[in-house]
Amino acid sequence: MSTRLARLRSDVISIAPPFVWLVLFLLLPFILVLKISFADLKFGVPPYTSLTEWKDEALSLTLHLRGYLLLLSDSLYVSTYINSLRMAGITTLVCILIGYPMAYYIARAPERIRHVLLLAVILPFWTSLLLRVYAWVGILRSDGLLNSLLMNLGVISSPLEIYRTDLAVYIGLVYAYLPFFILPLYATLVKMDLRLLDAAYDLGARPWRAFLSVTLPLSMPGVISGAMLVFIPAVGEYVIPEMLGGADTLMMGRIMWSEFFTNADWPIASAITIVMVSLLLIPLIVFQVNQAHRYQSQGER
Amino acid sequence: MARRLAPNAPSRLGQWLALGLGFLFLYVPILSLIVFSFNDSAMMTTWSGFSLRWYKSLFQDAALLNAAGLSLQVALMTATAASVIGVWAGYVLARKGKFRGFSLYVGLVSAPLVIPEVVLGISLLLLFVELDSLFGWPGQRGMFTIWVGHTTFCMAFVTVIVQSRIRDLDRSLEEAALDLGATPAKVFFKITLPLIAPAIVSGWLLAFTLSLDDVVIASFLSGPGSTLLSPEIFSRVRLGLKPEVNALATLFVGAVAIVVLIASAVQRRQRRFQS
Repeated sequence: MSTRLARLRSDVISIAPPFVWLVLFLLLPFILVLKISFADLKFGVPPYTSLTEWKDEALSLTLHLRGYLLLLSDSLYVSTYINSLRMAGITTLVCILIGYPMAYYIARAPERIRHVLLLAVILPFWTSLLLRVYAWVGILRSDGLLNSLLMNLGVISSPLEIYRTDLAVYIGLVYAYLPFFILPLYATLVKMDLRLLDAAYDLGARPWRAFLSVTLPLSMPGVISGAMLVFIPAVGEYVIPEMLGGADTLMMGRIMWSEFFTNADWPIASAITIVMVSLLLIPLIVFQVNQAHRYQSQGER
Repeated sequence: MARRLAPNAPSRLGQWLALGLGFLFLYVPILSLIVFSFNDSAMMTTWSGFSLRWYKSLFQDAALLNAAGLSLQVALMTATAASVIGVWAGYVLARKGKFRGFSLYVGLVSAPLVIPEVVLGISLLLLFVELDSLFGWPGQRGMFTIWVGHTTFCMAFVTVIVQSRIRDLDRSLEEAALDLGATPAKVFFKITLPLIAPAIVSGWLLAFTLSLDDVVIASFLSGPGSTLLSPEIFSRVRLGLKPEVNALATLFVGAVAIVVLIASAVQRRQRRFQS
């Protein structure tokens, strides 16, 4: 009995510390956001009211719905949510269209080249994203690299207006998140058992048929991981729309930022956060289940 | 023969097209930053001659240098802490198998990979404000609070890298050591840790750059006098072009290139040594 207890204790000690950190600095803060989203604005420190009050021997709980009601009644917020989801969705689709062939061809390249190509996908991760997004400002501006190139080639006669439009934000988002899509998909494709393809060919499948009925289904976990790694953060992206988008490029990250820093309205910012996370709940669950499945099947091996 | 080749030799044209255009897209912006950092003109359209003037003005910018110093400190501390916790979590995920609460564990460990940074920033800020009003700690926000935020955010990436490396390890080495009577802790430090060292190094480097790069979390969690490099750059470039930033980016890319070259040289030597 005591050895079992000792084993249990050593298991807890070996498993718990990262868990404690994450509960303290990830779960707990999020519960606080939920709490403050039901508070009201107040002058002072902290700038929100307390939900519970002890007065006249009665404990009262007050839930202020101001933030949530404002979100529903103001069409700006509603259209911002819809727009963020749409932009993240289109970004994800484009990443799949560009990233799938890239991941596929890297995974099927000869081993020597494969490592170089993989490194070339990872390398941008190690250089500052902020600076790389900033590079697009210089490329897309009306007096920028792209326009001067196209005008010198005679393709266009007057500069294209891309900088400070939604198109620029799409370019920036796809650019920033493409490696996040390629890497998990590559990891899935490279581990695929190629004998399955051989079997399909032996049974007379054409290459396309073999791809559609063998490779594509087997690569789905990678596609899902990658798509979620693009979609979920893109919904809340702040830096890219702020740097490349116009004043009318509505995205949640920008609204949250301005409620927090410009308006200093923490309860509203919290309510916006809670609604955004709940909109992302389904993708988040898909991602987590997919992730748990990957870890579990690997752990059992 | 032709049939055996088929799955491994996909269409050449498709391969060149997809990879060529894809990498062009990924690398043209970086190249443009490098080229125009040496341009005498502030414009990115005209090349008016080679010049190092932007490097010169970069190194005379006291505010930027100060911010860079603080950022390096935070990034060093973040990368180290994120590596320790991330390796720990990655080991648990890869080796401890199923235990009660495994799903919650996976959930918490992978959440920072996808959770928008704005959400992380806001929620941690509220935590620190609440803690401060309850216990008078951690007081003024600054380097410490940014470090906590960055570590939480970066450890998830280290975990992913490390757990996939541990999973690929040959388990029999660890089992042999256990059979010979080594304690689990000793097995981890003597066998597992040296074998996953390359993964830890790349995780550390990734955490280092993610911390250096982050604008959002650092903006929420910084206090007076603790402006880091990326928020500083961001506040300058959001309004337009700043040629000094091209010079900074080039130095950044140069540093990364040197580290990668050294790392691959070391790896090649190790591989030769092993074979």
